[in-house]
Amino acid sequence: MTSLASLTKPWEAFSYGFLDASAKRELRRKMLKAVAVPGCQMPYASREVPIARGWGTGGLQVTLTLLKPTSVVKVIDQGADDSVNAASIRKFLSRVSGAGKTWDTGEATILQSRHRVPEEVLREDQILVLQVPNPEPLRPVEPNMSVARQMHADADYGRLWLTLYEQMVRSGRIMQGAAYPSLVNGRHVMTPSPIPRWDVPKLHMARHLTFLSAGREKRLYAVPPYTRVEPLVFSDVPYKVEEHHDLTCHRSGLTGYFMNEIPQNDGSSSFEVSDSHFGIKAIRRSEGEALAPIDTWYKNGELQP
Amino acid sequence: MTAQSPAPRGEAAPRQLPQLMTTPPILTMRGITRRFGKVTALEDVDATVYPGEVLGIVGESGSGKSTLLRMMNLEDTPDTGTYELDLPGLGGNLFGLDRFERRMLCARNIGIVYQNPHLGLLMRHSSSGNVAERLLIAGERSFKVLRDKAREALDASEFPLERMDARPIELSGGMQQRVQLAKAIALEPALLLLDEPTTGLDVSVQALVLDTLKRLQRDRSITMVIVSHDLGVIHTMADRVMVMRRGRVVEQGLVDQVFQDPQHEYTQQLVHAKL
Repeated sequence: MTSLASLTKPWEAFSYGFLDASAKRELRRKMLKAVAVPGCQMPYASREVPIARGWGTGGLQVTLTLLKPTSVVKVIDQGADDSVNAASIRKFLSRVSGAGKTWDTGEATILQSRHRVPEEVLREDQILVLQVPNPEPLRPVEPNMSVARQMHADADYGRLWLTLYEQMVRSGRIMQGAAYPSLVNGRHVMTPSPIPRWDVPKLHMARHLTFLSAGREKRLYAVPPYTRVEPLVFSDVPYKVEEHHDLTCHRSGLTGYFMNEIPQNDGSSSFEVSDSHFGIKAIRRSEGEALAPIDTWYKNGELQP
Repeated sequence: MTAQSPAPRGEAAPRQLPQLMTTPPILTMRGITRRFGKVTALEDVDATVYPGEVLGIVGESGSGKSTLLRMMNLEDTPDTGTYELDLPGLGGNLFGLDRFERRMLCARNIGIVYQNPHLGLLMRHSSSGNVAERLLIAGERSFKVLRDKAREALDASEFPLERMDARPIELSGGMQQRVQLAKAIALEPALLLLDEPTTGLDVSVQALVLDTLKRLQRDRSITMVIVSHDLGVIHTMADRVMVMRRGRVVEQGLVDQVFQDPQHEYTQQLVHAKL
C-alpha cells in the first residue's frame, strides 16, 4: 500500500537564507543596478516569502540576499524593535541564516526598517533596508505606469512640483507628510518610503548604503553612500521637518528627537521617543550604566551638518 | 563717411536705394507627408511663417490643418519632411530631436491653445497652477516668481485675477480658453499655435477672445499660427492665409487677396459659402 511517506521526498533544509540561488541572483543583479543608478526603480522578480504581501516582503527579500553568517540584523517597525512584526522578522532572519540579532543600532550590520531611519548615525559598514509600500512617487499625479516610467526617463517632474505649488496655494504650506518626494543624485525622484520628514535629511550624503524595496510592487531602488538626497522644495520655501525639537520623552527624558504621541485620558498628550532602543539606551545611561557615546543625526532638535 | 557733393543744377540726383535686408522665416516646413494607414493626412506640405506674422490655416474638417499644427508643436512626426525654427541655439531638422529635447524646446519656445481645453489644461488644478506648470517644466523653482508670473500671464489674457486659484473645471469655456492662453504665453514663446481657439464659444465670448489675441499680437509681436474653419476668425486675425484640402495646400497668400480674389475652385466655394 502506498503511504504518504513514500510519495514525499526526504526533508531537506531550505537554501541558505531561505531564498533559492536563482532568486538571490536576480535580487543581487537588480541591487547592483540600483546602486549604479541611484534612485532609479529596478523591477525584479519578487518571490513568495513566509509573510503576506505588504508586510515587508520587499525588505525581507533584500535582507535575505544580503545576509551572511557573520551578519547582525536589527529589525525596526515604526521605530520599535519589540513589535510582533519586527520580532517575527528578526527571528526568521536569524533562523534561516544563523546571523546574529540585535536591538542595538550600533551593533547591527543590516537594519531592516519599516518607516523609520534610526536616530543614531549609521556607519559605512552598515546597510539600511527600508520596506516600501508604494515605490512610485509619480503615482498620485500619473496613474498610468507606462507614462510614469517615461516621465522618469525624461526627468519630467513638473507635475510633482505642481502638487507642491497647489498645496502652497490652498494651504499656505507644503502638506506632504511622510514619503516626501526627494531628488536622488540630481536625477531621479524617489519616494523615500513613508519615513517622516524628520528622517529624509538623514539620507543626504549618508555614510551608509540604503536599499528601498517593495515586494508587492516588485521594485527596488537604492541610495549609495555619500549620495545627494534633496527633498523637492521651492527655492524660497524651506524644507521643514516635524516640530519635535522641543518635545521630551516621558520615559527616557530625551529631548530633540522624533517622538510618538501618546494621548492621555485627560485630553493631553505625552511623548515617547520613537526609536525605542535609542530610548532604552538613554534610560540605561541615566541609571549609571557605562555606554559608549552615541553619534546622532540630530542634536537638541537641530540636524547636524 | 564722405560727404556727397550736390548734384549739378538742372540734373536729377542719382536715386539712392536703401540696402535691402531680408528676414529669414522663423518657421520653415518642407515636404511634410503624414499617412495614417491608407489615409493621407498631409501630402508634401510646405509652410513658412515670418517673425511677427499671423498665419491662418483654413480648410474643411479632415483637411489636415490640425495635423499640421500638431507637427508644428512636435507632438507628431511625419513620414517625410523637415521642420526648422530660426531660434538661437537651434539648427537642423527638429523632427530628429528625441522626446525629451522636443518637450524642452516646446516648453520654452512654443505655446499652444487647443480647441478642447481638456487637452491643454489640468482641470483639477488651479488656473494659476496650470500656468505655473509651464514655468516649472522650464525650470523655475521660486514660488514667488511662479506666482507673480502666473498672475502676470493671466492678467495679460484678461482673466479675472480674483479667480486665479479657481479650478478650470469650475470655469466657463471662454475663461478656460483664457487660462490656456495665459499658459501658452507665460514664457513669452517665439511661436503661438492656436487650434480653433474660439470654436464652441458664443459670439460675444469669441469676440472677447479674439480681441485679447489681437492685443497680445500687437503688444508683444508674437508670431502666431491659427487654425480655424471660421473664415471670419482668420480674416480678423491673420496676415496671410493657407487653404488646405485633403492634406494639400491648394492656395495661399495675403488674407485680403485670397478672400477677395480666390483662385482655386475650392477656395472660391469656401469664400462664397461663408459670404
